Amino acid sequence: MSEQVFEATIAKDQRIEPRDWMPEGYRKTMIRQIAQHAHSEIIGMQPEGAWITRAPSLRRKAILLAKVQDEAGHGLYLYSAAETLGADRGDLTRRLIEGRQKYSSIFNYPTLTFADVGVIGWLVDGAAICNQVPLCRSSFGPYARAMIRICKEESFHQRQGYELLMTMMRGTPAQREMVQDAVNRWWWPSLMMFGPPDAESPNTAQSMAWKIKRHTNDELRQRFVDMSVPQAGALGVTLPDGDLRWNAEREHYDFGEIDWSELKRVISGDGPMNRERIAHRRRADEQGAWVREAAAAHAAKRQGVPA
Amino acid sequence: MSGEIKHEWPLFEVFVRAKRGLNHVHVGSLRAADHEMALHHARDLYTRRNEGVSIWVVKSDDVVASGPDDKDAFFGPSGDKAYRHPTYYAIPDSVPHI
Repeated sequence: MSEQVFEATIAKDQRIEPRDWMPEGYRKTMIRQIAQHAHSEIIGMQPEGAWITRAPSLRRKAILLAKVQDEAGHGLYLYSAAETLGADRGDLTRRLIEGRQKYSSIFNYPTLTFADVGVIGWLVDGAAICNQVPLCRSSFGPYARAMIRICKEESFHQRQGYELLMTMMRGTPAQREMVQDAVNRWWWPSLMMFGPPDAESPNTAQSMAWKIKRHTNDELRQRFVDMSVPQAGALGVTLPDGDLRWNAEREHYDFGEIDWSELKRVISGDGPMNRERIAHRRRADEQGAWVREAAAAHAAKRQGVPA
Repeated sequence: MSGEIKHEWPLFEVFVRAKRGLNHVHVGSLRAADHEMALHHARDLYTRRNEGVSIWVVKSDDVVASGPDDKDAFFGPSGDKAYRHPTYYAIPDSVPHI
């Protein structure tokens, strides 16, 4: 009976809400998907956060602060959504720190120059937008609602990045070189953000049936490439792929083979920054513990006194 | 999930009035040690871009809600009371202002 209601709700393209009956697999998959997304937002504060103190102007510093604050906010919306399914956010943080839950592979690359801040906004947030816009129609209500809020804010992230790069491209030859170097380093990892190719993505079919995934990895990756090529042209940079060319028959850009062994390596913990990212998160959690405890103790004490 | 690990701070539901004249609308939840901190966190989390002019926070444990199973008992009876709607009553087109 409950299962029929669940299936019918999905079939009618309506949302599943936290207290509705749902298959255990759906609940588990949703918790994993939302937690992984939340962790990505939280870990994603680090690569750009590293440049806040070194931003070249007050304007750029204020923008970067606002952006990193947004990432924190996105993480918190998402942990809230995961909690509606019975997950506990302290527990999720522990799973992240202990390496039992993953986050996006992209944040395991270093930000070597300030141009990286721009390229992250343009390409990494651009790829995130491709991934996330369809998730605003996720069948799980709290996740879909969080995604709507997040997508509204991501647009600022992408535009500030592109504007930053346009500014650098109008600068000195050394600045233009810096932008090209950053594009060279981030292009392929950005394409990997969409996950393994469809043929090697065994959960896609079930996720599409549950409407918690609306397009396949390869569809979204293609959409991202098609969007990015003209943007790269307008910026005046070259995307580091000799096989990238318009295919009139497919009406899409063809692109080169992705180094999937690199994605596997980074996902399994062996990227350039994996250890540092987790160590940093662990340190922040440990060093913040006394604040959380003190606030809880203060609240308990005040509750004991009649208002 | 694992029962013994509990978050230190209770959960609050957040409601925001987008502008004067509108209702407060539920926008999400957050963790805070007490109501005052919940208000401050709600400001930082849900109104970074002029989304509101007023915020309510309510401890999630204090919310009493109808469940999916109550749907028929709660909302079913109104289905056969079409006479509660103005369109139930046939009035000739020639009658003005009604």
